[in-house]
Amino acid sequence: MAEYRLEMKGICKSFPGVKALDHVNLNLRPGTVHALMGENGAGKSTLMKCLFGIYKMDEGEVYLDGRKLDVANPDDALRKGLAMVHQELQPIPARSIAENMFCGRYPTKGIMVDAKRMNEEAAKWLKEVKLDFDPRTKLGELSISQMQSVEIAKAVSMNARVVILDEPTSSLTDNEVEALFKIIEDLKSRGVSLVYISHKMSEIKRIADDITIMRDGTYVGTWPAAEMSMDDIIAKMVGRELTALFPPKDNKPGEVLMEINNFSSIYPRSFQNVSFKLRRGEILGFGGLVGAQRTELMEAIFGIRNITSGEVIKDGRKLRIKRPADAINRGIGLITEDRRGTGILGCLSIADNVSIASLRKYVQGGVKLNHKQIEDLVQDNVKKLSIKTPSSKTKIQSLSGGNQQKVIISRWLANNPDVLIMDEPTRGIDVGAKYEIYQIMLDLAKQGKGIIMISSEMAELIGMSDRILVMCNGKITGEITEKDEMTQENIMQYATQF
Amino acid sequence: MTKRANIKDILINNGIIILMVVMAIYVSITEPTFRSPNNLINILINMAPRVIIALGVSGCLITKGTDLSAGRMVGLSACIAGTLLQRADYSGKVYPNLGEMNIILVLLICIAVCAVFGLINGLVISYLNVPPFIGTLGMQLIVYGICLVYTNATPLGGYIPQYTSIATGTLIPGFRPTNYLIIIAFIIGLFMYFLYNHTCHGKYMYAIGGNENAAEVSGVNVKRTKVIIYTLAAGMYAIAGYLLGAKAGGASVNLGLSYELDAIAACTIGGVSVNGGIGKISSVVIGVAVFELLKSCLQFLGVDTNAQYIAQGVVIVTAIALDIRKYVAKK
Repeated sequence: MAEYRLEMKGICKSFPGVKALDHVNLNLRPGTVHALMGENGAGKSTLMKCLFGIYKMDEGEVYLDGRKLDVANPDDALRKGLAMVHQELQPIPARSIAENMFCGRYPTKGIMVDAKRMNEEAAKWLKEVKLDFDPRTKLGELSISQMQSVEIAKAVSMNARVVILDEPTSSLTDNEVEALFKIIEDLKSRGVSLVYISHKMSEIKRIADDITIMRDGTYVGTWPAAEMSMDDIIAKMVGRELTALFPPKDNKPGEVLMEINNFSSIYPRSFQNVSFKLRRGEILGFGGLVGAQRTELMEAIFGIRNITSGEVIKDGRKLRIKRPADAINRGIGLITEDRRGTGILGCLSIADNVSIASLRKYVQGGVKLNHKQIEDLVQDNVKKLSIKTPSSKTKIQSLSGGNQQKVIISRWLANNPDVLIMDEPTRGIDVGAKYEIYQIMLDLAKQGKGIIMISSEMAELIGMSDRILVMCNGKITGEITEKDEMTQENIMQYATQF
Repeated sequence: MTKRANIKDILINNGIIILMVVMAIYVSITEPTFRSPNNLINILINMAPRVIIALGVSGCLITKGTDLSAGRMVGLSACIAGTLLQRADYSGKVYPNLGEMNIILVLLICIAVCAVFGLINGLVISYLNVPPFIGTLGMQLIVYGICLVYTNATPLGGYIPQYTSIATGTLIPGFRPTNYLIIIAFIIGLFMYFLYNHTCHGKYMYAIGGNENAAEVSGVNVKRTKVIIYTLAAGMYAIAGYLLGAKAGGASVNLGLSYELDAIAACTIGGVSVNGGIGKISSVVIGVAVFELLKSCLQFLGVDTNAQYIAQGVVIVTAIALDIRKYVAKK
């Protein structure tokens, strides 16, 4: 028997302009839980996608029980003994548990699906994962954790030898986590190897046998879990040089501009009881891992998401914000993280994209828009933000990501808000454009505006913020006010306080 | 190389329009009466109500919606006008005791009634989140039912001459190109052009079609804008129905049947994208023109009226396939 159940050797994968994986290794011993750790964007998901044939790896080899393995697609992977329980499950809620488990491989009798045999088989496997449900129950009636168990039952029924769990506990209650851990123990005892992707240190310490750490697409190393302290893990996850360039910070935070009190989402798993203050001329950074509910919080402040409690106080007045239009009228702007989904109006011109949020200012005589004034506004912004475009009539979708982002920033500058919330302002933007956007942010701060910046890039967070709030699991878990305390280690520490 | 590819793209993307023009030229050579001024003006007059309906539907299409109740609202409007504008001496008068009504007042009544149904369309789509296809499909049946109940399914006729003369009269006496129908359609076209290009409403409409979520985040009142679009569209159908009644000199519940499909098809042929966000007034007018030319050409070529439907269906599917092609290729 081979020493390792699964061996991934020297995996490389490039995307245009980015080396996503650079000679990464992952070796799973039989019957163990192997934690795969790394920051946002370290390449964990990419590595798993390579394993499952969703991405084609450029270099590298995979061995399962000592035999070379080629995987064409996730379906093929499942047949060859690799199963993945996704972060976001993709079941068919309107069909039964059994149908979901046997989707694509229904037992048949002639041309008919043999429902009786399918349900019997399903019932057997459900018992294996201690799930007491009739296999004919509609999957949609189950909780997320129960659906997860169904996925695991499916993996077991396929005789999977390697099971990948991607953030399996992110939406589970404590009891459900315990139930999951029992199932994991059970799988281990049958010799199944598990890859456990999670940021929750306490869970890692409890169930992991080995830990592999990745950073910026590279392989840092593999250690027995027992030998690693939490601090060791964090240090190894973030231990890189910060090389990004930032303009000199010469803004001066002043008095309090906006207060957020007691914001709670209607979803108990999202942000709860969040309060913070924003000053004039301040760039307030929001750090945290993916899923920390930073975006959700900001969207709630802006009136996109529903809350059970919470008030916004700006300039000493309590604001009533029900819709984005209310927030805009009260001098708040939001540049969303999903530029394609909620930012650009793709098939419209740059002029339309810049002016859409402030059109009312350009109405003459009650109805007619003053196209000349709008054109002046657009030209002014194109020059000020050095947006590279042939004309103001060019469709925004034909611009590069950085220029699109500058157009969206122009949209908000046109409105002259006091508070500008920028969610991942430089995501998917090249270095030069990033610097320009940082400069714009500083200019705005110097004009006395308050800027909230959500960023998953450590360097940006540390380089640009006057103050950093770190969120984890819907709560603010740390505040860093001193420049010399703004380190990757400190931020990571707060970001993993589940 | 790229230039040649561009020319090829232009040819394919405007394939239907080019085909129609070629066909029209062919027919005008083989059938000289086709290109007679009289026939061309007839085509324009036929186009007029169709353009008004298509302009109404265009707003729905640009915001990624649709309005399947258009045709039935046209019918309802024609029937309301028909019942209110009958001659006193007409034997089948629906309201025998009703005096002679002002034709403008009746037009406003028609618009008001249809606008109520359009408003309901908009509210159902915006606030109850019913997909436009389903919401307006239901409204199609509702309006048809109301029209049947209202007219008792009896055909209407015997209109006062002021009403029917709207369709035959001309602004400059004796000069047919200034036919009232053409003039009215032209004025409505100008109004819609102004609305689409020079007002917040128009910009909001395109923004919603371009990216509804982004529009919402930018402070656009998406729900209100949609309600206005559907209400305004219904007003357009009302005007068109009123004019069609005058043109036909009579009306029945079946007037306007499937006009919504013609209108949607015409918009698409002209370049209003079914993917939303794109579509100009000129596109709508061109689309209707192509569609009416097709019908006229087929008539002149002696194609059986029943068989003409087949040709129209083929044109609609081809037009939409070509439209979608532009976006698929871009991915």
